Amino acid sequence: MKTKRALIWKSLRTGLLTVLVLLIFAYGFQITKVNLTELRSEQRQESLTRVIRTLARPDLFAFPQEELAATAPVFLPCPGTQALAALPAPDTSGPYMLITPACADPKGSVQVEGFNFYPNAAGPLRFVPGSDSANPVTLGNDVVSTDAQGHFLAAFVLPDRPSEDVQYVRAIIRRNVGLPQLSETAYSTWDKIVETVFLALLATVIGTALAIPLSFMAARNLMVSVRSPLASISLSLLGWPAGIVIGFLVARWVGALGQPLASSLLANFAAVVVAPLGAWQAMRWALPPEELTPPGKGTRLARSLVMALAALLALFALFQLAALAMSLGSRLEDILTSFGFLGGFLFQLGEIVRLITPVLAALAAGGLLSSKLAQLGQRFSERASAPWVKAFNLLVATAAGATVMGLLGLMIDLLYQVGVPSFTLWIPMAVGAVGGLVLAAMVKPKDTLPNGLIIYSITRTILNGTRSIEALVMAIVFVIAVGIGPFAGVLALGLHTIVSLAKLYSEQVESILPGPLEAVEATGANRLQTIIYAVVPQIVPPYISYTMYRWDINVRMSTIIGFVGGGGIGFLLQQNINLLNYRAAAAQMLAIAVVVAAMDYISSYLRQRVV
Amino acid sequence: MLQVINLTKIYEGGTKALDRVTFEVPDGQFLAVIGLSGSGKSTLLRCINRLVEPTEGQILWNGEDITAATPEEMLRIRRRFGMVFQHFNLVHRSSVLTNVLAGRLGYVNPAWSLLNRFPRQDVEKAMQQLERVGIADKADQRADELSGGQQQRVGIARALMQDPEMILADEPVASLDPVLAHSIMKHLEEINQQDGVTVLCSLHFLDIVHRYADRVIALNEGQLVFEGLPTEIDDQKFKDIYGREAERVG
Repeated sequence: MKTKRALIWKSLRTGLLTVLVLLIFAYGFQITKVNLTELRSEQRQESLTRVIRTLARPDLFAFPQEELAATAPVFLPCPGTQALAALPAPDTSGPYMLITPACADPKGSVQVEGFNFYPNAAGPLRFVPGSDSANPVTLGNDVVSTDAQGHFLAAFVLPDRPSEDVQYVRAIIRRNVGLPQLSETAYSTWDKIVETVFLALLATVIGTALAIPLSFMAARNLMVSVRSPLASISLSLLGWPAGIVIGFLVARWVGALGQPLASSLLANFAAVVVAPLGAWQAMRWALPPEELTPPGKGTRLARSLVMALAALLALFALFQLAALAMSLGSRLEDILTSFGFLGGFLFQLGEIVRLITPVLAALAAGGLLSSKLAQLGQRFSERASAPWVKAFNLLVATAAGATVMGLLGLMIDLLYQVGVPSFTLWIPMAVGAVGGLVLAAMVKPKDTLPNGLIIYSITRTILNGTRSIEALVMAIVFVIAVGIGPFAGVLALGLHTIVSLAKLYSEQVESILPGPLEAVEATGANRLQTIIYAVVPQIVPPYISYTMYRWDINVRMSTIIGFVGGGGIGFLLQQNINLLNYRAAAAQMLAIAVVVAAMDYISSYLRQRVV
Repeated sequence: MLQVINLTKIYEGGTKALDRVTFEVPDGQFLAVIGLSGSGKSTLLRCINRLVEPTEGQILWNGEDITAATPEEMLRIRRRFGMVFQHFNLVHRSSVLTNVLAGRLGYVNPAWSLLNRFPRQDVEKAMQQLERVGIADKADQRADELSGGQQQRVGIARALMQDPEMILADEPVASLDPVLAHSIMKHLEEINQQDGVTVLCSLHFLDIVHRYADRVIALNEGQLVFEGLPTEIDDQKFKDIYGREAERVG
């Protein structure tokens, strides 16, 4: 009894489910406007066949052509018989044409007969006005074709261009000679596909380089154990902006200091050689490879000073290097002629180094100051007595809260131009200060907070948010920033690569074996060393394979990033589609298909070799 | 001397892995830690170098309180304790030599690790340790190309690179066959006897305990249930340690 009821119930459910699925699909059909009657219409079928046939003949090869031309006089309207009789007889030794009658009214019909042209060839027939011979008028459907004897016969309606002078009809018959050669389209397609591949390459390289550090911050297993006392977190938050400002100012000062040297090539070169050597020696002294006992205070101070000197020297060397690359590059560009792009490349590299050095210096100084202050905070929290730590926490947490919120307020002001400092600066700072104060009051003085988890969450949120914006949309913004061209595409694809690779990478970091991590940690290695010796070797294969995959995606993306002005072959493709030049578009599609398929083979081969 | 006093570890979620464990290990002793799987052996060893943070209790090494050390001090303490693992925990894709050199990370300057550089005397030392465990010829191979026994020897060489005062061995032979197990245990014995390194070794098989250990402690559900000489484990003690249904084999 029970089983029977269950059976009925089951079939009823199946039936209902079927009806539901049908309903969903019916609605889907309506929404997406599925319409097959349209497909059956003769006109559509005809154009479809035509387009497909055109697409099947990509414009890659063209024959070189030779041509024979002949002109024949014609009058419209008919002049007197004298003028007609004065017309010379055609030269029958070469190609010639006869027009009967030799005169007609405008818009009248004449018969054109051609002789001694190439056999079985074709070409245009045009009316050449007597007054304006540079602008011939196309006649009828414009093409005549010859028979096996090189003879053609065609009837044409003359245009409405009356004139008293003699006017002409000109036929040009062309034929292919020799072997087919690459067409104009093929050359431009090649140009653009090379641009496309390099666009993808650059975007992938930039993206990978920046995604790797991000991926560590977005890996839960690495970040969850990072905990610091409140004093340390607050001080490190304060250290970042202060360090960035200091680093930027110092970099500017060092850059200006080296300016006079850069004007002389020899001095510049000497500086590029000497400064890094000095920096290296200073670093060697300040960073002894192995120490059995912790160094004393005096030694530490001396080392810090020498390291600072080394950093300044390195900064100086970078600026000098940039200047050298730029001046050498611009010289080479003139000397190397056809290999001038190498000089240009050098120049651009110099420019990049020059632009990036202050940013790097600012970031490095920020990171350094922040980590040093964090260390100080940590030591203080460990050694000082609880009431002192509490008081210190209250102080620095308030300052840090105010600073962070104040900076956020400034950023909002930059974006939305509120222009009211009390709203964008003072109130946020007050809120931040109160927040920091409350936090410091609530946290027990010696407790640690999960700052690793906070960094992890923030990184994840930013990555996910940015990743959801398609590279195509990013390209629109970058086109505005740096102008139409492949560079905008590189930046857009690069940014998208950073965020999506960082996510993929971080998942790989999360899935590494914990054993080696534990073992390296047990040797007394610090966090950085643990990452380098236990994490990095484990993630190399997946990183390579994801990077390859991303290059693949970037090649495909870069083929359409041109649609919005991001450079690459997409620009050409879109243009040709819009001009209904389907044969050229077909050539570009073919090129994309070949490149994508080739990329796939290469990347799978490399993956096999490396992993 | 290692002193463990009232050591308690309660994991998140309330599992009590160690329950007021107290014992001492004199310098140069070979101490075996026995007990069923899940009795807290691994947690105990990991608490000693604070890979696992103890909940309560004290661990003193030559009078120095390990449980009170700051993270920075902890790095310097850890480098004095070599550790050997059941699953070897080598970095598979790195070379044997790099794996051994990793034992030196607590000594080298972290800045140079960024560039993957070790001082020359460390590289020589690493080769000596590999020679000592008999696999110097494998130095350039990838760690995962080695057999289990060879991998464990790399693990021991890595621990030796730390110039350890004590070796914590977490079931070092549990994933090896009996012949290999003895060869690995002999290495540990030699380090213990020749270099005077204290060894704390958790073990499964009583015959190995009898053969190598000076003294035994036994854990059952986080509690210390036995402490004494290996020969003192009679049938009654055995059942206390491993439970009523357990039967002695071998």
